Order: sequence, then structure tokens, then C-alpha cells
Amino acid sequence: MAKLLFRGARVVDPASGTDQVADVLVVDESVEALGDDVSARGAEVLDCDGLALAPGLVDLHAHLREPGREDAETVETGSRAGAVGGYTAICAMPNTDPVADTAAVVLEVRNLADKAGLVDVHPAASITKGLQGERLTEIGELAELGVRLFTDDHQCVQSAQVMRMALDYSKAFDVVIAQHAQEATLTEGWQMHEGYYSSLLGLRGAPAEAEAVIVARDLLLAGRTGGRLHITHVSAGLSVDLIRDGKARGLRTSADVTPHHLTLCDEDVQGYDTNLRVNPPLRAAEDRQALRAGLLDGAMDAVATDHAPHAEEDKEVEFDQARPGTIGLETALAAVLTALGPEPDLGTVVQRMSSTPARILGLDEHGGPLAPGRPANLVLFDPLAEWTVGERPTASRGRNSAFLGHTLRGAVVYTLLRGVFTVRDGEATG
Amino acid sequence: MSPPSPCGGARVAFEPRGRLLEAGEIRRALTRIAHEVLERNKGADDVVLVGIAARGDDLAHRMAQELRRIEEAEVPVGVLDITFYRDDIGLRSEAPEVHQTLIPFNVTGKTVILVDDVLYTGRTIRAAMDALMDLGRPRAIQLAVLVDRGHRELPIRADYVGKNVPTRDDDLVRVLTSETDGTDAVEVGEVPA
Amino acid sequence: MIKHLLSVTQLRPEDITAVLDTADSFREVGTRVIKKVPALRGRTVVNLFYENSTRTRISFELAAKRLSADVINFSTSGSSVAKGESLKDTALTLEAMGADAIVIRHSSSGSPNTLTRWVEASVINAGDGTHEHPTQALLDLYTIREHFPSFEGLRVAIVGDVLHSRVARSNTHALARMGAEVTLVGPPTLIPPEAPAWGAQISYELDAVLPKLDVCYMLRVQRERQRQQYFPTVREYSRLFGLGRDRVDALPEGALIMHPGPMNRGVEIASDVADLPRSLITDQVTNGIAVRMALLYLMLGGSGAGSEGEAG
Repeated sequence: MAKLLFRGARVVDPASGTDQVADVLVVDESVEALGDDVSARGAEVLDCDGLALAPGLVDLHAHLREPGREDAETVETGSRAGAVGGYTAICAMPNTDPVADTAAVVLEVRNLADKAGLVDVHPAASITKGLQGERLTEIGELAELGVRLFTDDHQCVQSAQVMRMALDYSKAFDVVIAQHAQEATLTEGWQMHEGYYSSLLGLRGAPAEAEAVIVARDLLLAGRTGGRLHITHVSAGLSVDLIRDGKARGLRTSADVTPHHLTLCDEDVQGYDTNLRVNPPLRAAEDRQALRAGLLDGAMDAVATDHAPHAEEDKEVEFDQARPGTIGLETALAAVLTALGPEPDLGTVVQRMSSTPARILGLDEHGGPLAPGRPANLVLFDPLAEWTVGERPTASRGRNSAFLGHTLRGAVVYTLLRGVFTVRDGEATG
Repeated sequence: MSPPSPCGGARVAFEPRGRLLEAGEIRRALTRIAHEVLERNKGADDVVLVGIAARGDDLAHRMAQELRRIEEAEVPVGVLDITFYRDDIGLRSEAPEVHQTLIPFNVTGKTVILVDDVLYTGRTIRAAMDALMDLGRPRAIQLAVLVDRGHRELPIRADYVGKNVPTRDDDLVRVLTSETDGTDAVEVGEVPA
Repeated sequence: MIKHLLSVTQLRPEDITAVLDTADSFREVGTRVIKKVPALRGRTVVNLFYENSTRTRISFELAAKRLSADVINFSTSGSSVAKGESLKDTALTLEAMGADAIVIRHSSSGSPNTLTRWVEASVINAGDGTHEHPTQALLDLYTIREHFPSFEGLRVAIVGDVLHSRVARSNTHALARMGAEVTLVGPPTLIPPEAPAWGAQISYELDAVLPKLDVCYMLRVQRERQRQQYFPTVREYSRLFGLGRDRVDALPEGALIMHPGPMNRGVEIASDVADLPRSLITDQVTNGIAVRMALLYLMLGGSGAGSEGEAG
């Protein structure tokens, strides 16, 4: 029997409505006790004064690149990066090579994750075969295998008819259809957000409307079909408003925002740093403000990293040749705490980064509530510790962080997956 | 510490300690040099004056006036900027400032009297000769300076000297002309530490 | 002087004036029999041209050679730039060769900026994508200065495909910096709405602007823009925004007509207009060498301990 006593941590567990200092006893895979003065007999005691303890973070959107681009990341290295960032569950994106549009690829990813044993990886499957946007994948069979989320990311399902069919058909399986909203003809050759800075820098812009147009369309289709629509990596204030309105009218829709869109904006692209070339692009300061407000008022349900590692030769090139994407698993929590700072409400942060994404994916074992008998998938972090990105090597194989050189506030100290440390004193254990 | 300006008249902050030449002495020196030029060259035929920018050209124009007064000789005057021929390009933090070159006559076959205000290390004259050689093939080059302050670093000597003045190596000698500075004088002083 | 020239916005008005004044001296050098001075002897200047541009490349090559520098030409039309070799690898090779300055023309906006990360040499932007063409702006200002005593209050129109024009951006920044009044003229689809923030006004009507101009600067308009539906037909574009004889007559006496070249005769400018004496198009070529010599001299003639200048 392995016993761990976390003494005096601030337990933040929105699923049970808890936010108070308490002791938490973990025995083997589960939480055994939670309260004041829990007995330490036979347990390793960890003093958690100043630390927050929460259900492990859950990422709705991360690219683990395996199979196909193992030079950029593998399921194992991506899992480790997740653990370092405080994650205990990750939804892996299907734009691998081959695409995860069949049971075979989904199962392979799951096997690789189980072997690494650092994080629970829930592979997403694509909406359409080969991400071509034409024919639906066998959503039923994949749902039976446990796939909870379907997406064509980084492609947008362009055809309204195909999207309608996906939302309608998927209803039967209660799975999420996640859209990467980007109208193709408005964004041909895009390099950054269309605005003052794109015209100053001579880079072709993608207007915010290219995202909003698809969001508006798909909200209407979700309304018609009753399917579970999720808009991933919302970047524009226009989209936030549309989604907020849709929810107010009773639509069963959810949305996520990335930590980099909460932190950076198009002005930061001056200097042509390719780590800031991301899709969707970093938009204007007003959009960033709208995303923060949306995250706080719940129009944006969750934070998802869109962790996108790239090999060096895909980034150390001219700006318009660089593949878009930034890594994000290891910096997500700190970036969100810093962006919502200086004194962010931890309950809201844990809700958006753990309980709600767990609920969207239907993961009972993650996201809390923390109570006796529940699985010990936990993260402990110091909400005030400051650190500078880039000073330590990344656990991810990718080095392309949009936050390089930034000083962030918030450091993960322990991560536990079913009672086993995957991160101890800020370092990965395996 | 960057090398001292070979032109001697670098417009840096400067505390004059004394005057080497007053206006009257400058006038007399130029008159004497004009006579010497005519004597040595047996007149002013095929003689041209090229003043080294800046202030050398003021002196060159005055010498031309003297030559006209003494022998009614019309001697052409040009101004030569030697900045592109300097040997210290790339050694100072900024590229040296450029002045105008205007030599509206051919130097080939002529006796060129190079005119400068102060002769010091000799590097300016070396640069001036290289510049002149790119402009043509003079029959001869002679050098006239208002002040020779010693401390030569190259084997260069003046043919006509207004005044020989021993100086310390870390002194600065500054020539003022009424055309450019409103007064005629030669000052010596220090660069404040 | 700044170490890299990536954008005109790095230059203060006094820096621009210093370049133009120094260019006067280099223009004089160009009138000598021996058009060469030893100022940059022993330095190596590399022309790294990923886009075909004989005119600009020769201008930089002559400028460097007349300063007695050694010149290496890497161009895609020659054999030097290997197919598929990354910009980074090419940069590291040039660095190993001891380049003092790299003049780069590239179709990707920002590539000169990216290049500065990999080399110690001074980087000069000779045109990057649709971003900037700083030396073109400087030589245009030099040409204008020969005809007008001051830039303050000078009325300049830049006409055509501003959206895709690096020349338009650089010229607008440079002229606005020197106090000129710039108006950008063209169809709405080709004028970025943010342009007033660069310091310019916008007009969609060329005829309204012409009678009050000192300089009319025509941009090249590619026929391809019609295919992309920026305007319905070339015919309509020429009719509304092309400079023909009748529009030339509407210009005030003494106004200048300029074009960065190469010209699409018959689209943005009529053939007979291009050959008018008021057109300074060939002057712009001559002045280009003097201005580029001035720039190379000012940037490489110091030890490099100077400042980086304003951020871009």
C-alpha cells in the first residue's frame, strides 16, 4: 500500500464546490481522505503550504504527432510534456500520418500512451476520411471504441452539408464534433491576422470574419440538428459574441481558447518570430480582451493548449514558410494564471482547465470531484512561483514555444496519475 | 580611444591653451608662400591649387588671390575631400563624415599645389595624393601647409610651410578661417578628459 | 548608423538626410574617369537575390565595386543557390566566407529580419515580399530632392496596387518621416484601410488628386491582380487609374512623374508618358548607385559599434 499525505494544501475542486485548505490522503490509486488533521500513519508526508491542489488538468486539444512525425514528438514525449504541465488526461488530435480515421490508428495511439503510462491519452478521430472534408468516418464504431471527440483539425470542414450531417449523425452517439473554424477562400495564403500589423509587415492577413463566418454557420446547424458542437481555439471577439448568444438561446455548444491567444496578440509578431506563427493567428488586442472576458464569464468553456510541436527545420525558415504552431502543454497553467492575473480566481482556472474539459470529454475519472474513493488524478502547483520560459529544456521534443523568454507565474510541483507521481518537485519522474 | 583626426581640426570639444598664429601672421605667411610657389615654379604656368576640405580650400582660395595680386596669374582652385581615401575607415564607431569634392579642371600634366591647414601625421596627405592620382596624372605635386606641428608617421614633408610649431602628441591644433569660422587664428589646446 | 537596414522606419529624419547628403559625394565620384574610391577595400559584400532583379542587383554590385569592395553574387538564376537549400544553411555558408554585408532580396516578407538571427554581417533589405524596399525609397527621395528644396509639405501621390507594394510602404514611411503629405490612390481593394496609420491619406479618385500634386508616383500593377478579382478588368483599371496624356496635362507645372520600374506600359502608365522629360524614371536608376554607395559606406565605414536605430 502506497500512502501519500498532502498536508495543508489549498484544495480547489469546483466539481464539489471546494476551495479551502485541507489535508489529502492518497492510498494506492485513490483519494482516501480529505479534511482537517488527516492521520499520517504510515504515509509519506508532503508539506503543501502555499500550494494549490486540484484535479489533474485535462487538455481537449494536443498534437502528439505519432504516428508519422515522430521527429517532432511522440506519444511518450508528448505525454511527459503534459505531465510536466500538470495534465493527467490529453485528447490527441487525429491529423497524424496516417490520419486517425480508423480503429487501427486510434488503438495504436492508445497503446503507445498506455505503455508510457504518464498521462491518459484519449485519441480523437477525424470527422471525415483523410481530413478531406467529404465522407464521414465511421463515427459509430469509433464511438464504441471510446472515442469521445471528432475533429478535422487543422482542416476546417468547409462544406455546410457535411458539417450538418456530422452534427446530425453523431447525436446518436453523444460525441463531440469539434470544428476548426476557418473559411478557406477568405484565408488563402494567410500568414497572420489581418489588421494594422499585417499591412505594416507586408504579411497576408486572415480576417477575423473568416473564423466568425464558420462559427455562425455551424451554430445554426447545431441549432437545427441538436448535435454537440464544439469550437476549438476560438481567436476572435466576433466568435466569442456569437457563441455566447448561441448558448443564451439554449444551444448545446462548447468552446475552448488557447493560452497563447489569451496572452499574445498581433503586435507581438513584429520581428517575424516564427514561433508566433500559429493557426488561428494571434489577433488584435481587442480580441485578446474578448477572449479573456469570455473565459471568465463562461462563454468560453475551457482552455485547450493546441500543443503543436515542430521539428527545427520546419520553424527555422522564412516566416511564410514556417509551419504554424506552438508547443503549450508545459506552459499552459502558468500562462493562464499570468494572463488572468495578478490575482486570478483559482476556482475558475481549475474549472476551465480540468472539470469542464473532463465533462466535455465524458471522462469520469478526471476533473474531480475529489472525494474518498475517487481516482487520485491530481496536480499541485504554486500559483505565485515565477519562472522564465526557455531556461530549462522542454520535456516535449519541440522547442517552438511562443512564450520563449517570457516570465510566467505558476509552477507545477507534483502531478499524480492514479496515485503515482508523474512529476515530483517540478521534474518528470519517468 | 579612436585615433586622432588627421585633419587636426576635428570639431570636438576643445579647450584652447594659446594661439600659435594671429590673423596678421596668417596673412603674411600666405603671402610668403605665394611668392615661394612662384619662385620655385618660375611663374604660375600649369600650376593649379587643390585645397583639402575643410579649411584647406579656404586657404587655397586666398593663395589664388595672392597669386593674382602678385603676378596677375589666374590659378584654378579646386577642393578635394579625402574621406574615401582615409586609412582609418572602419576603425571609428561611425563612418567619417564626407565633404564635397569639386575639381572642375584636369590635373593631368599640371603642377598641383596641395593646400592644407595643418600637417601632422602625414596620413591626410597620403590619402590626398592617392585621390589625386585617381583623378589624373599630375606632372608634380607640391605641398603647402599653414602649420607643420611635427609627429610625422609617414615619410611626408611639406614644400612650403607657414610656421613650424612643436606640439605635444596629445595636443589638438585648430585652424579657424574667416570664411568658415568668422575669424582667422590657429589655436592649440587639449581635449578635455 | 544602424547595423542592419531592414525597414525605413529604423531611420530618423537626420539619418535619411545623412544618406542623401553623402550620396551627393558619391554622385560626384560617378562623374570621374576612375569611378572608384578605396573606402571599403577588403570588405566583402554579398548579393543574395532569391528574386530575379537584374536592375537592383547590378545597382548594388556597382555600388560595392566602386567602393573597392569584393562582390559575391548568389542568385537563383545563377547556379549558386542550390535547389532546396534552406535560407539558414545559405546564411551560415556566407558567414563562413566572411561576408561584411549581405544584400538580400526575397519573396518572403520578413526574411531579412530572419537572416539577422543567423549572421554577424550587416543585412540590407533589397526588397522582401510585400513588406519594404528601403533603398528604393531612399533613392526616390534623392531624386525628388534634386527638384524640390524641401520635403516639408510636399504633396505626393502614390498610385496603384498599394496593398502588394513594398515600394509603397517604404516610400510612404520615408516621405511621411520627412514631412511630406502622402496620398495613396487606387481602388478600395488595393488600398489597405490601415494605411492612414502609416501617415498617409486615401483617395479612390485619381482625377481629384492630380491638380494639387508635386510628385505623382505610379506603382506597377500586375495583370494577375485582375485574375484575383482586385479589379474587374485591366481596361477599367487603366481608365480609372492609369496615367495617360490627358492626366499628365492635369498635373501642375513642375510636378514630377516617377515609377520604380519595371513598367507595365499600357496598364498604369501610357508609353508616351513614360518617355516624357518630366518622367524621372531613368534618373532614378542613375541615382540608385550613388544612394546605395552612400548606404554601404555609412553602414560599413564604421566599426559597427553604432546603435541599432529605431525598432521596426
